[in-house]
Amino acid sequence: MADAEQPPEPAAAAVAPEEIKAVPVRRPGRLIAGVLIIIVAAALVRSVATNPRFGWGTVGEYLFSPVVLDGLLKTIELTIIAMVVGILIGVILAVMRLSPNPIVVAASGFYIWLFRGTPVLVQLLFWNFIAALYPVVALGIPFGPALVEFNANNLITPFVAALLGLGLNEGAYMSEIVRAGLLSVDEGQEEAAKALGMRRMQTMRRIILPQAMRVIIPPTGNETIGMLKTTSLVSVLAYTELLYAVQLIYAANYKQIPLLIVASIWYLVLTTILSIGQYFIERHYGRGTARAIPPTLLMRIWQSFSTWRHTEVPVPEQRHGL
Amino acid sequence: MSEPMVKAEAVHKRFGRNEVLKGITLEVAAGEVMCLLGPSGSGKSTFLRCINHLEKINSGRIWVDGDLVGYSQRGDKLHEMRESDVAGEREQIGMVFQRFNLFGHMTAEQNIIEAPIRVAGTKRDVAKAEAKVLMDRVGLGDRLDAYPAQLSGGQQQRVAIARALAMKPKLMLFDEPTSALDPELVGEVLDVMRALAADGMTMVVVTHETGFAKEVGDTVVFMDDGVVVESGDPASVFDNPQHKRTQAFLSKVL
Ligand SMILES: Nc1ncnc2c1ncn2[C@@H]1O[C@H](COP(=O)(O)OP(=O)(O)OP(=O)(O)O)[C@@H](O)[C@H]1O
Ligand SMILES: [Mg+2]
Repeated sequence: MADAEQPPEPAAAAVAPEEIKAVPVRRPGRLIAGVLIIIVAAALVRSVATNPRFGWGTVGEYLFSPVVLDGLLKTIELTIIAMVVGILIGVILAVMRLSPNPIVVAASGFYIWLFRGTPVLVQLLFWNFIAALYPVVALGIPFGPALVEFNANNLITPFVAALLGLGLNEGAYMSEIVRAGLLSVDEGQEEAAKALGMRRMQTMRRIILPQAMRVIIPPTGNETIGMLKTTSLVSVLAYTELLYAVQLIYAANYKQIPLLIVASIWYLVLTTILSIGQYFIERHYGRGTARAIPPTLLMRIWQSFSTWRHTEVPVPEQRHGL
Repeated sequence: MSEPMVKAEAVHKRFGRNEVLKGITLEVAAGEVMCLLGPSGSGKSTFLRCINHLEKINSGRIWVDGDLVGYSQRGDKLHEMRESDVAGEREQIGMVFQRFNLFGHMTAEQNIIEAPIRVAGTKRDVAKAEAKVLMDRVGLGDRLDAYPAQLSGGQQQRVAIARALAMKPKLMLFDEPTSALDPELVGEVLDVMRALAADGMTMVVVTHETGFAKEVGDTVVFMDDGVVVESGDPASVFDNPQHKRTQAFLSKVL
């Protein structure tokens, strides 16, 4: 037979290999650490629950009170608008930074130097008192006649001052993040777009920016969470965001701790929601890459618990496109 | 004979003090396949990039299909073109890169329809239908929805060729299209290029594939140190090189 002379084809194993069932290594250190942490946590929970000065009753009473909810809405509103302003300014500054025109580059550098080099609290106060510096804001031809004039005191409400302070400051930080993102995109991408006849702005918007997003999104998520908390500084402008709202309440009833807990609970709820949102946005902009997006902290904790219980490890859902 | 598709006249290009092109003069006729050979650093890529104005030349002139590249001549003065006009010229010139440069965040189909829709103003469904035809032509009709990272190098390069063809260029530039490929994938890309040449496309190909140059090339140009050392039909350049530098180079690559 002719077959006999040929070397046998390497065949795949006919039977599935037996699944390994080994006794896992004992890890006493891990066990002890776990037990200790649980004991400390239990003691903490007990003290928090039984110490009457936490005033949990008051917390429950004010958690959904209209004043607090109104402050919460204003905090969310400030966070969103300030971040949008910050991102827009950041993109503009980053693109300016890469311009062939040295004056444009210098202008962008000066902006970043100024706004990153001074505390945001000081900037907020500056905007609040801007009317003292420029009592009248006029729009018109530079060095020429004014076309419209505004009274700065009417124009710069605490809300506007807050937005200017937070947004302009954020722009300086976002520009660095955006710039790192733009530089992370391979030069060949721009070349290819140019060679196809795409214009500079088209190339930026359609090719470079979307791919830079992968690098831009994670730190922007952190910036947003940071911004959410930084909005509390606006309380010094007497703008009734979440912190100032609870301050107003405890100024009247002297229950500082319970009301600060109310504020903290809402901040925690919002940051948790933001972290979850960030995961999905990262997944969206990660499309087309072979690299899987690492699971979030919550998912990792869940995973390690499930391995302890010897159940299936949940694998993060596949990205679309695969 | 009608006007040449590419005409280069005494093209010089410097990077700082480093003169990379030292007076390149050549012509590519419509429908011709010209293969550019030469040692590393001889300026092949730079010359190719000058043809679609990805690099600005320092002196000389390049015309593509009769139009001056990157400049317009008014009277005896040369005016730099506006960016949109340069882009307009580039639409007509397809380019294929050594490292493919497919848009990583887009599927093969999106890569192909992007420029036709955004630049040429083609309707989306028309562009999609054309993308399908082009992908069939490069043998990837079933991979329209694949992202570049999910394709092999050879497949990516074939998509890149389809992407360039989608703008219906009158000239195609290839810069070492197979140099980044595993040997067993080179053939599939060369097959696509061979078919393209047979269809009458004008092509300028920088390549180290002497087999391809011999078989498909109408002209072979040997460059060294920024000048054209020797050119002619493949048979004479390969089998009977006149110049010492050509002989030395060929003895290494053949
Ligand atoms: N953008 C640039 N800036 C400065 N020098 C450059 C630039 N591009 C190319 N050069 C130089 O120009 C010379 C020619 O480069 P080019 O890429 O055209 O060579 P090549 O013939 O394509 O070589 P290879 O076969 O290695 O691709 C090289 O010395 C290179 O260092
Ligand atoms: Mg090269």
